[in-house]
Amino acid sequence: MKRVAVVGASLAGVRAAQELRAQGYDGGIVLIGSEAHLPYDRPPLSKAFLAGTASAASLELLDAGDLASLALDFRLGVRATALEPAARRVLLSDGGSVHADGVVIATGGRARTLPGFERAHTLRTLDDALALRAALVPGVRVAIVGAGFIGAEVASTCRSLGLDVVVLEALNAPLAPVLGPELAAVCARLHADHGTDLRCGVQVSGLSPAGVELASGELVPADVVMVGVGMTPATDWLTGSGVKVGNGVHTDAGLVTGLPQVVAIGDVARYHADGAGRRHEHWTNASEQAPVAIGNLLAGRTERTYVPSGYVWSDQYAGTLQLAGHPRPDDTLTYVEGGPSDSSFVATFERDGATVGVFALNNAKLFNRLRRQALRRPAVV
Amino acid sequence: MIRACTVDELPPGESVRIPGPPAIAVFNTEDGDLYAIDDTCTHQDASLADGWLEGCFVECPLHAALFDLRTGMPSCLPAKEPVRTYSVVVDEGVIYVQGVAREDAA
Repeated sequence: MKRVAVVGASLAGVRAAQELRAQGYDGGIVLIGSEAHLPYDRPPLSKAFLAGTASAASLELLDAGDLASLALDFRLGVRATALEPAARRVLLSDGGSVHADGVVIATGGRARTLPGFERAHTLRTLDDALALRAALVPGVRVAIVGAGFIGAEVASTCRSLGLDVVVLEALNAPLAPVLGPELAAVCARLHADHGTDLRCGVQVSGLSPAGVELASGELVPADVVMVGVGMTPATDWLTGSGVKVGNGVHTDAGLVTGLPQVVAIGDVARYHADGAGRRHEHWTNASEQAPVAIGNLLAGRTERTYVPSGYVWSDQYAGTLQLAGHPRPDDTLTYVEGGPSDSSFVATFERDGATVGVFALNNAKLFNRLRRQALRRPAVV
Repeated sequence: MIRACTVDELPPGESVRIPGPPAIAVFNTEDGDLYAIDDTCTHQDASLADGWLEGCFVECPLHAALFDLRTGMPSCLPAKEPVRTYSVVVDEGVIYVQGVAREDAA
């Protein structure tokens, strides 16, 4: 293999490039990114960067030494518009193209919005964060649609800036489908304890100049509105390529697509495991998938399969939330230390006599111990 | 020279945090080797003494950046900057950390 095109220059793309070098590949690597910025880390965009306490430079994933040793051929500020496997070519939005014998699809996705909210802020990119930050001037009233991780973190940051915040959530409790009702109540308590007005079970219908309109007819006054309702995988550029898409890029259990020498990683990768397609939209997943996908790309066949750790973190107010494993909301929750009304606790999710998940609020040490020692993980193939 | 703890208080596989600034994390590896590094992860505010010890590496408890206890160098993202390392001595059953320039509390 003489040249690999990595399409997507965020964490997954960077990790792919690092793994190519780490696994001995010494050919060319073209890193294609739709944003003009050098690769940067997204998690701080809703936290320290939004608060103004972290600089853009501090977000950069690669320093000068990394850039020199990885020897990447950057194509930034251009999108991949098509993949032509027969011609071994990726077409670019500036009219150019890249010939490559291997392709890593790491295009992530775009922030979703809701009908009627096209003009509201979303938060996925550095430019999104800059725009939102510029709007968060003293005295503005903020409304956030969606109480998932992004919504909760932005609410937390806005409160730290002294702003009034309303969070509008369609579910009856935030993150309930992921964490179950008891821990969802903990998340709701964090909001309440820090002065965020969390309203659950509400349907929003649109934006008005005065704020957010609810389906009930009520108006929630707001000067700044942010929608945090998930993302849509960026797969439209693969239409006609032969790569199977549909809620992500479909791959086998080793992150290899139906085309030889084309792999997918990160938020966009929908891999097949245990009879189902799975896709994860988290930092650790993007990082952990790289060694597997690149190993298989260089081998020319699926030698390794991906086993996710399911590790997710979120910083909300004074709390660090950590979750590992793949719990279901109906699993049995067992408190290992502390309890749900404490400022620090650790709980495990139990199912059929096995520990399938670990959750911690402000107790990283015990969390990591349980994550390693108690969590049942599928056998590594 | 700063007193960390007694040898008995730090069995193999364990760590102890000495408050700062700078806060220091002292580790006793499974092989019985003692190392001391800055306790605060260079990526984000997390205590490395709470991290997972594996060989002579410690993994940050929040975001899994891995630091080499011998050199302080990070070996993977999200950390990019090294932590400082300090030499450790044992005298009459007590573990001490050397060369720590105490910083004035901010």
